[in-house]
Amino acid sequence: MLLPWGEAGGERITSRFSGSHACHLGRTVNQTVQSPEIREPSPPHLAVPSSSHHSITPLTVIRPKRGWWDLNLRELWEYRELLYFFVWRDVKVRYKQTLIGAAWAIIQPFMTMVVFSLFFGLLAQIPSNGLPYPVFYYSALLPWMYFAGSLTHATHVMVEHQRVITKVYFPRLILPVAAVLSGLVDFGIAFMILIVMMAFYGIGLTPSVLWLPAFLLLALTTALGVGLWLSALNAIYRDVRYAVPFLVQLWMFASPVAYPGSIVPERWQWLYGLNPMAGVIEGFRWALTGQVHLPSLLPVSVVAVALVLVGGLFYFRKMEGTIADLV
Amino acid sequence: MSDVAIRVENLSKRYRIGERERYYALRDVLTRAFRVPFRRCSSGSASTDAPKWIWALKDVSFEVKRGEVVGIIGRNGAGKTTLLKILARITEPTEGYAEVRGRVGSLLEVGTGFHPELTGRENIYLSGAILGMKKAEIDRKFDEIVAFAGVEKFIDTPVKHYSTGMHMRLAFSVAAHLDPEILLVDEVLAVGDLEFQKKCLGKMGDVAKGGRTVLFVSHQMNQIRRLCERVLWVDAGHIRQAGPTHEVVSAYETAMTSGAWAQSVHPEAAQFKARFLRWEIVEPRTDQPNVVATAGPISIRFILRVNQPIHTGVHGLHLFSSEGQTVWGVAIMRLTLESGLYEFLYNLDTLPLRPGAYFWLATFYDGAETLDYCWCPPELIVATPLWTHPQDRWGGLLNIPYRFDIRIINDDYKIH
Repeated sequence: MLLPWGEAGGERITSRFSGSHACHLGRTVNQTVQSPEIREPSPPHLAVPSSSHHSITPLTVIRPKRGWWDLNLRELWEYRELLYFFVWRDVKVRYKQTLIGAAWAIIQPFMTMVVFSLFFGLLAQIPSNGLPYPVFYYSALLPWMYFAGSLTHATHVMVEHQRVITKVYFPRLILPVAAVLSGLVDFGIAFMILIVMMAFYGIGLTPSVLWLPAFLLLALTTALGVGLWLSALNAIYRDVRYAVPFLVQLWMFASPVAYPGSIVPERWQWLYGLNPMAGVIEGFRWALTGQVHLPSLLPVSVVAVALVLVGGLFYFRKMEGTIADLV
Repeated sequence: MSDVAIRVENLSKRYRIGERERYYALRDVLTRAFRVPFRRCSSGSASTDAPKWIWALKDVSFEVKRGEVVGIIGRNGAGKTTLLKILARITEPTEGYAEVRGRVGSLLEVGTGFHPELTGRENIYLSGAILGMKKAEIDRKFDEIVAFAGVEKFIDTPVKHYSTGMHMRLAFSVAAHLDPEILLVDEVLAVGDLEFQKKCLGKMGDVAKGGRTVLFVSHQMNQIRRLCERVLWVDAGHIRQAGPTHEVVSAYETAMTSGAWAQSVHPEAAQFKARFLRWEIVEPRTDQPNVVATAGPISIRFILRVNQPIHTGVHGLHLFSSEGQTVWGVAIMRLTLESGLYEFLYNLDTLPLRPGAYFWLATFYDGAETLDYCWCPPELIVATPLWTHPQDRWGGLLNIPYRFDIRIINDDYKIH
């Protein structure tokens, strides 16, 4: 068809396509493997030395997912910068346009601590294993609030990023991971207050404090493990978002936040340990004050978390390929 | 050596009907789980409750060589975007296999990942990272991105204070500096003002000439003609035709004007409430009902299929130039239509357009509900002679037919 706009419309590229015959030469070397889904296309029958230009050409094979065992953690590592940017954005956006900024990170656990100390402590006389009530409650609220916030954030993260998910590819796992990592900033800020409080009550640190990062990691892993399940489920079933605040509330009462874990009889401790947050919170109190013995339920908690996390990773990976169709 | 950048073999994608529009509530799943056994007992056929599936893409195979620029055309819902999304790894295929050699960049939207609270600078990094750039790469291209967008003064202002145009320019600029070996582009050039579109198209041309492999989805045949060497015509999930641009585009346009438009949509499409089926020039009638060789009068009709009664129908018709400028637009309000096939006839006394390709956007709403938003193929080809100044920049927007007379009037002039 003659195009009258040919002159005015700018340059036209004439067709130089001539049929579709593939000249496919198997390449022996230099195929960077970008994801475990990548395979060598066929055994090389012609050894062609690659030019330097082609040497970094990654080959991506796209096919329906078969294996559920393939977590593709290497790809996650390749996208670590994006993970950093998501965390950075979360932190940045959270305190933009807030009046008192990062003080929010302190106010919430602090006020809760005051209320708990007053009602559960002074009035209800709940035992605190010899610790001053403010320290007893604050040291539990710190990991608890980090956990509750991260879990909620991770649950919503897929749906919140619906636009991005449907427009561009990156390992979806980055989103819940970023959600639980960005909560660490708030945790760090609130932690300062704990140091001040302990100094105020004259509680010295013991070597057990070195275990604190391990318990924080346990809290992070729990939030991530459960968050992975819930974020994928929330993408499919929107009821999940209504269930989560309720779940978090029940979970808090099932965790030794407002009471010491030692009120659970010794023979039931292993069962109590199935709630990993019981291990985390008791562990926090132990690591910080050294005045509560290392909780015996800890091994059960660690195993429980590991199972939830591994299950969550596989479930998430299974959903990952089609999550863009669902959110 | 010409090697293959993209190889697609029997690629298929199945969606549950409505999956893209609707999410489930856990409640639905539970009630279904409870109901199914009972239904089976009572009627013996559970098939009525079986989920309905549609193949958005079925057994699609093709190859794209390194450095080729390939256009993908087809009606809305034909599967073009699904194809791009699979190649971009946004969603997985249900069946089949594809190989992509090289770093892939997908441009399915302008401004992916922009956050209104963040500044222009922050958004460049964020959006760049989401689109697949490394931080070092963004550092290196930062100044270039800002300059291309022309937002130097506002780079540290939150983008929520940007005008739409600035926002768009910055977003496109980030995307345009993505430097992949394979670029997947979906209709992003259909947005923005005239100048912006020209800039985008120019950039796309550079990318194409730069030896990059590009897969380009568009409804705008003039863009396809300008950028692509080869075209895939996707129709109802299949590749209907593949070949050199002019062949496929002509075939596509012919099919669109000869009523194949209506048949090419999904069988499920019978569920739609109202949709435009085709348009054509009725008067003056020629072999090619999308080509006009006169400045008027002209009669143009749009065929609308209505499947359910419309109470507060609103119809809009807009004519766009090849640069994307709205040349003309009208709205017809308060339409009440019963089910049936309708002809919307426009009698235009004159259509003084410069020769070139134009396209129609026909819309139809019932109240606030969008029933059809149709970039109606084929494009309108204006093939009138050019009556304007021979130099483009002095020719103006319109091509008004005129007669010019000259005579000596010096004596008469004094009299009046």
